[in-house]
Amino acid sequence: MTSDIPINRLARVALHLAPESETQSSISGQQTRAMSSRFLDVPQAPPDAILGISEAFKADTSPDKMNLGVGAYRTEEGKPLVLGAVREAERREYLNMGGIPEFCKLAAALAFGKGSAALQEGRNATIQCLSGTGSLRVGGEFLSSFYPGPKLVLIPTPSWANHKAIFKRCGMQTQEYRYYKPETRGLDYEGMLEDIRAAPDGAVLLLHACAHNPTGVDPTPEQWQGILEVTQSKKLLPFFDSAYQGFASGDLDRDGASLRMFADTGMEMLLAQSFAKNMGLYGERVGALSVVVGDAAAAKKVESQLKITARQMYSNPPRHGASIATRILGDPALMDQWKQELKGMADRIHTMRQGLYDALQEVGAPGDWTHILKQIGMFSFTGLTRPQVENMTNKWHVYMTFDGRISMAGLSSGKCKYLAEAIKDSVENC
Amino acid sequence: MSSRFLDVPQAPPDAILGISEAFKADTSPDKMNLGVGAYRTEEGKPLVLGAVREAERRVLADPTENKEYLNMGGIPEFCKLAAALAFGKGSAALQEGRNATIQCLSGTGSLRVGGEFLSSFYPGPKLVLIPTPSWANHKAIFKRCGMQTQEYRYYKPETRGLDYEGMLEDIRAAPDGAVLLLHACAHNPTGVDPTPEQWKGILEVTQSKKLLPFFDSAYQGFASGDLDRDGASLRMFADTGMEMLLAQSFAKNMGLYGERVGALSVVVGDAAAAKKVESQLKITARQMYSNPPRHGASIATRILGDPALMDQWKQELKGMADRIHTMRQGLYDALQEVGAPGDWTHILKQIGMFSFTGLTRPQVENMTNKWHVYMTFDGRISMAGLSSGKCKYLAEAIKDSVENC
Repeated sequence: MTSDIPINRLARVALHLAPESETQSSISGQQTRAMSSRFLDVPQAPPDAILGISEAFKADTSPDKMNLGVGAYRTEEGKPLVLGAVREAERREYLNMGGIPEFCKLAAALAFGKGSAALQEGRNATIQCLSGTGSLRVGGEFLSSFYPGPKLVLIPTPSWANHKAIFKRCGMQTQEYRYYKPETRGLDYEGMLEDIRAAPDGAVLLLHACAHNPTGVDPTPEQWQGILEVTQSKKLLPFFDSAYQGFASGDLDRDGASLRMFADTGMEMLLAQSFAKNMGLYGERVGALSVVVGDAAAAKKVESQLKITARQMYSNPPRHGASIATRILGDPALMDQWKQELKGMADRIHTMRQGLYDALQEVGAPGDWTHILKQIGMFSFTGLTRPQVENMTNKWHVYMTFDGRISMAGLSSGKCKYLAEAIKDSVENC
Repeated sequence: MSSRFLDVPQAPPDAILGISEAFKADTSPDKMNLGVGAYRTEEGKPLVLGAVREAERRVLADPTENKEYLNMGGIPEFCKLAAALAFGKGSAALQEGRNATIQCLSGTGSLRVGGEFLSSFYPGPKLVLIPTPSWANHKAIFKRCGMQTQEYRYYKPETRGLDYEGMLEDIRAAPDGAVLLLHACAHNPTGVDPTPEQWKGILEVTQSKKLLPFFDSAYQGFASGDLDRDGASLRMFADTGMEMLLAQSFAKNMGLYGERVGALSVVVGDAAAAKKVESQLKITARQMYSNPPRHGASIATRILGDPALMDQWKQELKGMADRIHTMRQGLYDALQEVGAPGDWTHILKQIGMFSFTGLTRPQVENMTNKWHVYMTFDGRISMAGLSSGKCKYLAEAIKDSVENC
């Protein structure tokens, strides 16, 4: 029986209590004695960079305010969109630990293509997870427990901030590879290959399947081929994060091309698949984790372990959103409707890119803004520096992340001019 | 074929879910599923509560509703109402802002996030005391969080009741400051709960050893039919002003099982510290699933926030609890009728969805193999899976198993 721990804890509690009682300020009349608690040393967690911006936006009373921070699709009217196909589709019992089996089959087929050899040979272990985050977490936990290779995940710079946090939480090391080239606002292809080649053989390689978050910069098909070759030669284990299939180009197959290129070589890989954006199911937390294994019997065992991981995290996944997704994916008419709506969302974003680019030309904003057109998906890396971003927000009430990322989905045609002026002012004066 | 994953072992089948699989495959017309813990009607069907249907109808019909991401901590109104339901509206902890409550994925998710939080931030022993027996996932969850676990005596086979002295003895022998897992009511799997006096005794040991209680509340309202009565134990503890954790599930009492509706509360001694604790709970959620699923919690929020729906829900809760009590009485009476040997009063004394019959493993195997009655090997049956028409059959199966195995 340990007797030192309670003494330490009491001492710590006393430390918190004593200063207050001994140094009561007579200047501030308030007595703010921390009450006894074991948790007085718990630090305030840093505010979530992205969500904190939404809070500030909500508090802003300016009629000109714009929220280009959070990555959720908005209509021209700046409203969230519930897809018609989703409403069309809309009981309680526990799902299996692996979720809705039909959902898993259809989700995997959507990502890998119906004719995928991996699927036909039964070499994929797919379970329903909580959107992209949940899929990454379960995948990371699985690798941490069972991957015989280096427990190291190579992550692009920059990437979604939560990637690093998730893998660290799983006990995986992380290492960055060059990705974004500020000078061109494009891909640092040579730097990327160099850094990947320098990593240990067998490491886990995190790849954004399309519409890289936060830059919007994707490799070309030829560049994907080059990345594939290094992956093969170094026996890296690819872990694809696919959060924008269909949403990026408007075409499901086109946006799945990179991960299919890899899967069709027969290699093993992981896929975290999200339906948050492309089906607009954000808060319903719909996603799937697939582990493509070289051996069908091993795939079954892998699946059993994925389920145990889920069991110890949340027992079984939420049914509502996945039920909706299953109905859409399994119904030809709903699929058609969904594809049209997807294209509609992607087109609106392309229109916004063009609109912003044209407006920047009109107002004569200095610099080359073609990257706005070349980047793809929901986000654009403007290239604005931190002081410039602060100006955008403080002076122009335009909310965006400090890395210069704007959500194109948050833009409407009527605001392109205003945004262009804000950018021009920030670039010229900050 | 070549794979990096050839050495991955097949995970053991989930004991409880495996029983459901076997039940499904059974073609006997007499088969009974007393395995999994989900409520069934007299007709053996799942039940969607009327209050839930109505609340869901309103959610789906509401044009201002959408599918946007929730906050990492879930629906704020849900968190407030869930905490008030558990601790009581007048709870000092709530009024003083000393609780950090976030929406989590039912009971499991709440336990996991709570366990992760303790693993990272609890300055006391990273040790969770768990009753014997308990829900198997308890130990697994806390181990996954990096916490040690240790068992305390709970169930006494001889009486099929609480081993109160053994429980206090084991708890007293544990390190001061350890985390003490307590089932708020309707202990799973035994159905054996402490009396109010016994709860008082447990409270005293908790206080004297400065243990940190972690309540698992999965049956509030479902156990006795009365929400306040089923919250009495955790309120007894909270009203002393002590720090504690609570994993709260709406899976059974609202029948929201697969929607994964729950809440984790950390009651802290200091309101400012509670805010920081809440921020850390949110980070934990962020790295696990970013934000919780909205649909089920939207439904729960509507019910908890609407007096008429609350009344309807309370009535339906009472209906479910009453049916289970009726089944307990029905089984007990049938056991007397068929002359099953032994004392079966424990069936009446135990509370909640489950009953620990006391059947041994060979007896349980006989129940399943000969009588097509599916139950878990520890002798647990789900009363919720029983109907009046089957009490006699079940009693005969039990009599046969006890006499011959």
